[in-house]
Amino acid sequence: MASSSFRTDYNRVAGLGSAREGAGHWWAQRLTAIALIPLSIAFVFLFGSTLGEGREAAIETFGHPLAALTAILFIAVGFSHLQLGLRIVIEDYVHGRKLAFTLLILNVLLCWGLAAVGVFSVARIAFGYAG
Amino acid sequence: MAGPNEGNRPLSPHATIYRWPLNAVMSILHRMTGVGMALGAILVVWWFLALSISPGQFRLADGLMTSLPGDFVMVCLLAALWYHFCNGIRHLIWDTGAGLDEGSVRRSALAGWFGTALLTAGSLALISNGI
Repeated sequence: MASSSFRTDYNRVAGLGSAREGAGHWWAQRLTAIALIPLSIAFVFLFGSTLGEGREAAIETFGHPLAALTAILFIAVGFSHLQLGLRIVIEDYVHGRKLAFTLLILNVLLCWGLAAVGVFSVARIAFGYAG
Repeated sequence: MAGPNEGNRPLSPHATIYRWPLNAVMSILHRMTGVGMALGAILVVWWFLALSISPGQFRLADGLMTSLPGDFVMVCLLAALWYHFCNGIRHLIWDTGAGLDEGSVRRSALAGWFGTALLTAGSLALISNGI
């Protein structure tokens, strides 16, 4: 390492680069992508074959623990992946500083909020508390 | 953008005049299908929320998603999911350092389209009692 470097030893050893987050986003996006390969296949068939089949059938399907777990994992991991992806899209295409910051914040809040609503709803159905 | 000497000189034709390169099309479609699936994520959460609340709410959500325009949107979302799925696998393979030469990229792009068509048609056939 050249002696003219302005980076501190700590900064270098932490390996987080100038953006101070290293490969965290990149890694999380790949990890969620890999998890979504089996999850999206399972969820498409579960959800697709239940859609339009009536309320009783839907409650019965997602009352099964494996179906409920698949739906919960798909929603949780899916929204996590969506949030990571939308962040890149906002960073790349929204140039107004105020608008970009507003959208970046809304992205995190809405993705977490919707994921929570989804997971809670599936749990409520699976535990037999559907209204 | 606005240099001091820009004047009224003719510009050489650029971005708009060339045929879209395959890689550019694949890449922008990956982002578009990703952003588009945000709508799908909202619909899925709404469907589970409605199912957990009451029969009336469920009829509204499920009815809208299985109406004629609803079916159209859901099929588009299904195709978007499989496109993003296939192209995402290409990205995961590239992340290992494999398949990055021109011929491989072209072949995997075509394989991605083939996979998208096959998975969309196949999954539709398997779940189509709802349509």
